[in-house]
Amino acid sequence: MTVIEAAESLGLEVLTGPQGLPRTITGACASDLLSYVMARAKPGYLWLTIQVHPNVVGVAELLELAAVVITDGQNPEPATLEKAREHGVTILTTPDPTYAVAGKLYGLGVR
Amino acid sequence: MSYPVLGGGFFLAGRAAAETKRRLREAGLAAELVRRVVVATYEAEMNICIHAVSGRIHLRVENDRVKVVATDRGAGIADIAQALRPGFSTASEKARQLGFGAGMGFANMQRCADSFRITSEVGCGTTVTMEFWPRPQTEETGP
Repeated sequence: MTVIEAAESLGLEVLTGPQGLPRTITGACASDLLSYVMARAKPGYLWLTIQVHPNVVGVAELLELAAVVITDGQNPEPATLEKAREHGVTILTTPDPTYAVAGKLYGLGVR
Repeated sequence: MSYPVLGGGFFLAGRAAAETKRRLREAGLAAELVRRVVVATYEAEMNICIHAVSGRIHLRVENDRVKVVATDRGAGIADIAQALRPGFSTASEKARQLGFGAGMGFANMQRCADSFRITSEVGCGTTVTMEFWPRPQTEETGP
Protein backbone atom coordinates (compact mmCIF):
# COMPACT_ATOMS: atom_id res chain seq x y z
CA MET A 1 0.00 0.00 0.00
CA THR A 2 1.21 3.48 -0.81
CA VAL A 3 0.88 6.62 1.31
CA ILE A 4 -1.78 8.07 -1.01
CA GLU A 5 -3.80 4.82 -0.87
CA ALA A 6 -3.66 4.87 2.93
CA ALA A 7 -4.66 8.53 2.94
CA GLU A 8 -7.67 7.83 0.73
CA SER A 9 -8.76 4.71 2.64
CA LEU A 10 -8.54 6.40 6.04
CA GLY A 11 -9.59 9.90 5.01
CA LEU A 12 -6.31 11.45 6.08
CA GLU A 13 -5.60 15.05 5.20
CA VAL A 14 -2.34 15.65 3.35
CA LEU A 15 -0.57 18.79 4.63
CA THR A 16 2.61 18.57 2.58
CA GLY A 17 3.49 18.29 -1.11
CA PRO A 18 2.69 15.38 -3.41
CA GLN A 19 6.22 14.03 -3.87
CA GLY A 20 6.09 11.52 -0.99
CA LEU A 21 2.61 10.19 -1.69
CA PRO A 22 3.52 7.35 -4.09
CA ARG A 23 5.88 5.84 -1.49
CA THR A 24 5.19 2.26 -0.43
CA ILE A 25 4.39 1.70 3.24
CA THR A 26 6.49 -1.13 4.67
CA GLY A 27 5.04 -1.14 8.19
CA ALA A 28 3.85 1.18 10.92
CA CYS A 29 4.73 2.35 14.40
CA ALA A 30 2.40 4.05 16.92
CA SER A 31 4.16 5.94 19.72
CA ASP A 32 4.62 9.42 21.16
CA LEU A 33 8.09 8.63 22.53
CA LEU A 34 10.78 9.64 20.08
CA SER A 35 13.32 7.15 21.40
CA TYR A 36 10.81 4.34 20.98
CA VAL A 37 10.31 5.30 17.35
CA MET A 38 14.08 5.60 16.87
CA ALA A 39 14.40 2.05 18.16
CA ARG A 40 11.50 0.45 16.31
CA ALA A 41 10.63 2.22 13.09
CA LYS A 42 12.28 1.18 9.86
CA PRO A 43 12.56 2.87 6.45
CA GLY A 44 9.16 3.13 4.78
CA TYR A 45 7.19 2.97 8.03
CA LEU A 46 4.16 5.11 8.76
CA TRP A 47 4.43 6.79 12.17
CA LEU A 48 1.27 7.54 14.15
CA THR A 49 1.69 10.15 16.87
CA ILE A 50 0.09 13.08 18.66
CA GLN A 51 3.43 14.93 18.81
CA VAL A 52 3.36 18.11 16.70
CA HIS A 53 6.78 19.74 17.17
CA PRO A 54 9.57 19.99 14.56
CA ASN A 55 11.64 17.14 16.02
CA VAL A 56 9.02 14.79 14.61
CA VAL A 57 10.26 15.78 11.15
CA GLY A 58 13.88 15.24 12.18
CA VAL A 59 13.14 11.71 13.35
CA ALA A 60 11.06 10.91 10.25
CA GLU A 61 13.81 12.14 7.97
CA LEU A 62 16.64 10.34 9.76
CA LEU A 63 14.71 7.06 9.70
CA GLU A 64 13.43 7.59 6.14
CA LEU A 65 9.84 6.99 7.19
CA ALA A 66 7.13 6.94 4.51
CA ALA A 67 5.03 9.55 6.33
CA VAL A 68 3.93 10.87 9.72
CA VAL A 69 0.24 10.67 10.66
CA ILE A 70 -0.64 13.20 13.35
CA THR A 71 -3.74 11.82 15.02
CA ASP A 72 -6.50 12.87 17.36
CA GLY A 73 -7.20 16.21 15.69
CA GLN A 74 -3.80 17.61 16.65
CA ASN A 75 -2.34 20.19 14.30
CA PRO A 76 1.37 20.37 13.56
CA GLU A 77 3.12 23.56 14.60
CA PRO A 78 3.85 25.93 11.69
CA ALA A 79 7.60 25.29 12.15
CA THR A 80 6.94 21.57 11.85
CA LEU A 81 5.16 21.94 8.52
CA GLU A 82 7.79 24.31 7.23
CA LYS A 83 10.55 21.87 8.11
CA ALA A 84 8.62 18.95 6.62
CA ARG A 85 8.18 20.75 3.32
CA GLU A 86 11.82 21.79 3.30
CA HIS A 87 13.04 18.23 3.95
CA GLY A 88 10.49 16.35 1.85
CA VAL A 89 8.77 14.65 4.79
CA THR A 90 5.07 13.83 4.29
CA ILE A 91 2.68 14.90 7.07
CA LEU A 92 -0.92 13.69 7.26
CA THR A 93 -3.56 14.49 9.87
CA THR A 94 -6.77 12.90 11.09
CA PRO A 95 -9.35 13.61 13.79
CA ASP A 96 -9.33 9.90 14.70
CA PRO A 97 -7.34 8.73 17.75
CA THR A 98 -4.13 6.74 17.28
CA TYR A 99 -5.79 3.51 18.39
CA ALA A 100 -8.49 3.72 15.72
CA VAL A 101 -6.04 4.63 12.94
CA ALA A 102 -3.73 1.77 13.93
CA GLY A 103 -6.62 -0.68 13.92
CA LYS A 104 -7.79 0.40 10.49
CA LEU A 105 -4.27 0.24 9.06
CA TYR A 106 -3.82 -3.22 10.49
CA GLY A 107 -7.09 -4.25 8.88
CA LEU A 108 -5.87 -2.89 5.55
CA GLY A 109 -2.88 -5.20 5.72
CA VAL A 110 -0.18 -2.88 7.12
CA ARG A 111 1.52 -5.19 9.60
CA MET B 1 35.10 16.11 11.62
CA SER B 2 33.01 17.45 14.45
CA TYR B 3 29.74 19.28 14.92
CA PRO B 4 28.74 21.68 17.70
CA VAL B 5 25.58 20.91 19.68
CA LEU B 6 23.79 23.53 21.73
CA GLY B 7 22.26 22.68 25.07
CA GLY B 8 19.15 24.07 26.61
CA GLY B 9 16.63 23.24 23.92
CA PHE B 10 15.49 20.44 21.71
CA PHE B 11 14.38 22.40 18.69
CA LEU B 12 17.74 22.44 17.00
CA ALA B 13 18.41 18.82 17.88
CA GLY B 14 19.02 16.37 15.09
CA ARG B 15 21.37 18.49 13.00
CA ALA B 16 24.53 16.63 14.00
CA ALA B 17 22.78 13.30 13.38
CA ALA B 18 21.58 14.50 9.97
CA GLU B 19 25.05 15.71 9.05
CA THR B 20 26.52 12.40 10.28
CA LYS B 21 24.09 10.51 8.07
CA ARG B 22 25.04 12.56 5.04
CA ARG B 23 28.76 11.95 5.61
CA LEU B 24 28.33 8.21 6.10
CA ARG B 25 26.21 7.94 2.97
CA GLU B 26 28.90 9.78 1.03
CA ALA B 27 31.46 7.36 2.42
CA GLY B 28 29.39 4.55 0.90
CA LEU B 29 28.79 2.62 4.13
CA ALA B 30 26.13 -0.11 4.37
CA ALA B 31 22.58 1.07 5.12
CA GLU B 32 22.21 -0.95 8.34
CA LEU B 33 25.49 0.41 9.69
CA VAL B 34 24.50 3.98 8.81
CA ARG B 35 21.14 3.45 10.49
CA ARG B 36 22.69 2.29 13.77
CA VAL B 37 25.19 5.14 13.84
CA VAL B 38 22.47 7.68 13.08
CA VAL B 39 20.09 6.41 15.79
CA ALA B 40 22.85 6.34 18.41
CA THR B 41 24.16 9.77 17.36
CA TYR B 42 20.65 11.25 17.52
CA GLU B 43 20.23 9.95 21.06
CA ALA B 44 23.62 11.30 22.13
CA GLU B 45 22.84 14.65 20.52
CA MET B 46 19.45 14.75 22.22
CA ASN B 47 21.06 14.10 25.61
CA ILE B 48 23.35 17.08 25.10
CA CYS B 49 20.42 19.28 24.04
CA ILE B 50 18.31 18.29 27.04
CA HIS B 51 20.92 18.07 29.78
CA ALA B 52 24.07 20.00 28.91
CA VAL B 53 25.18 23.58 28.32
CA SER B 54 26.89 22.76 25.07
CA GLY B 55 28.75 19.93 23.42
CA ARG B 56 30.32 18.46 20.35
CA ILE B 57 29.87 15.35 18.31
CA HIS B 58 33.05 14.01 16.74
CA LEU B 59 32.81 11.58 13.88
CA ARG B 60 35.59 9.43 12.48
CA VAL B 61 35.28 6.95 9.66
CA GLU B 62 38.04 4.47 8.96
CA ASN B 63 37.23 2.02 6.18
CA ASP B 64 33.95 0.48 7.35
CA ARG B 65 34.38 1.33 11.03
CA VAL B 66 32.83 4.41 12.58
CA LYS B 67 33.68 6.15 15.83
CA VAL B 68 31.38 8.73 17.41
CA VAL B 69 32.42 10.72 20.46
CA ALA B 70 29.77 12.93 22.06
CA THR B 71 31.23 15.22 24.66
CA ASP B 72 29.57 18.00 26.62
CA ARG B 73 30.05 20.69 29.20
CA GLY B 74 27.32 20.40 31.79
CA ALA B 75 26.21 19.01 35.11
CA GLY B 76 27.71 15.57 34.53
CA ILE B 77 26.27 12.31 35.87
CA ALA B 78 26.84 11.34 39.50
CA ASP B 79 25.56 7.77 39.23
CA ILE B 80 26.26 6.34 35.78
CA ALA B 81 24.80 2.90 36.56
CA GLN B 82 21.50 4.56 37.48
CA ALA B 83 21.58 6.75 34.35
CA LEU B 84 22.08 3.69 32.15
CA ARG B 85 19.11 1.85 33.66
CA PRO B 86 16.32 1.69 31.05
CA GLY B 87 13.44 3.96 32.04
CA PHE B 88 15.52 6.19 34.31
CA SER B 89 15.51 9.85 33.31
CA THR B 90 16.06 13.25 34.86
CA ALA B 91 14.47 15.09 31.92
CA SER B 92 12.03 17.88 32.69
CA GLU B 93 8.28 17.48 32.56
CA LYS B 94 8.30 19.70 29.47
CA ALA B 95 10.80 17.44 27.72
CA ARG B 96 8.73 14.37 28.56
CA GLN B 97 5.55 15.92 27.20
CA LEU B 98 7.34 16.39 23.91
CA GLY B 99 8.25 12.72 23.82
CA PHE B 100 11.85 13.01 25.04
CA GLY B 101 13.29 11.74 28.28
CA ALA B 102 11.72 8.30 28.19
CA GLY B 103 14.86 6.79 29.70
CA MET B 104 15.53 4.92 26.46
CA GLY B 105 18.41 6.96 25.06
CA PHE B 106 21.36 5.06 26.51
CA ALA B 107 19.61 1.73 25.85
CA ASN B 108 19.25 2.71 22.18
CA MET B 109 22.90 3.78 22.02
CA GLN B 110 24.09 0.54 23.58
CA ARG B 111 21.94 -1.57 21.28
CA CYS B 112 23.15 0.22 18.17
CA ALA B 113 26.83 0.52 19.03
CA ASP B 114 29.31 -2.34 18.95
CA SER B 115 31.36 -0.68 21.67
CA PHE B 116 30.04 1.85 24.21
CA ARG B 117 31.90 3.79 26.86
CA ILE B 118 30.76 6.63 29.10
CA THR B 119 32.74 8.79 31.47
CA SER B 120 31.47 11.74 33.45
CA GLU B 121 32.64 14.28 35.95
CA VAL B 122 30.06 15.98 38.12
CA GLY B 123 30.08 19.73 37.48
CA CYS B 124 32.14 19.37 34.31
CA GLY B 125 30.47 17.16 31.75
CA THR B 126 30.03 13.80 30.12
CA THR B 127 31.69 11.94 27.26
CA VAL B 128 30.11 9.05 25.40
CA THR B 129 32.36 7.08 23.05
CA MET B 130 30.81 4.63 20.62
CA GLU B 131 32.27 2.48 17.89
CA PHE B 132 30.42 0.75 15.13
CA TRP B 133 31.35 -1.89 12.60
CA PRO B 134 29.39 -3.99 10.12
CA ARG B 135 27.43 -6.88 11.62
CA PRO B 136 26.92 -10.22 9.86
CA GLN B 137 23.77 -10.26 7.72
CA THR B 138 22.30 -13.23 9.62
CA GLU B 139 22.24 -11.31 12.89
CA GLU B 140 19.24 -9.20 13.90
CA THR B 141 20.56 -5.88 12.74
CA GLY B 142 17.81 -3.47 13.68
CA PRO B 143 18.07 -1.85 17.07
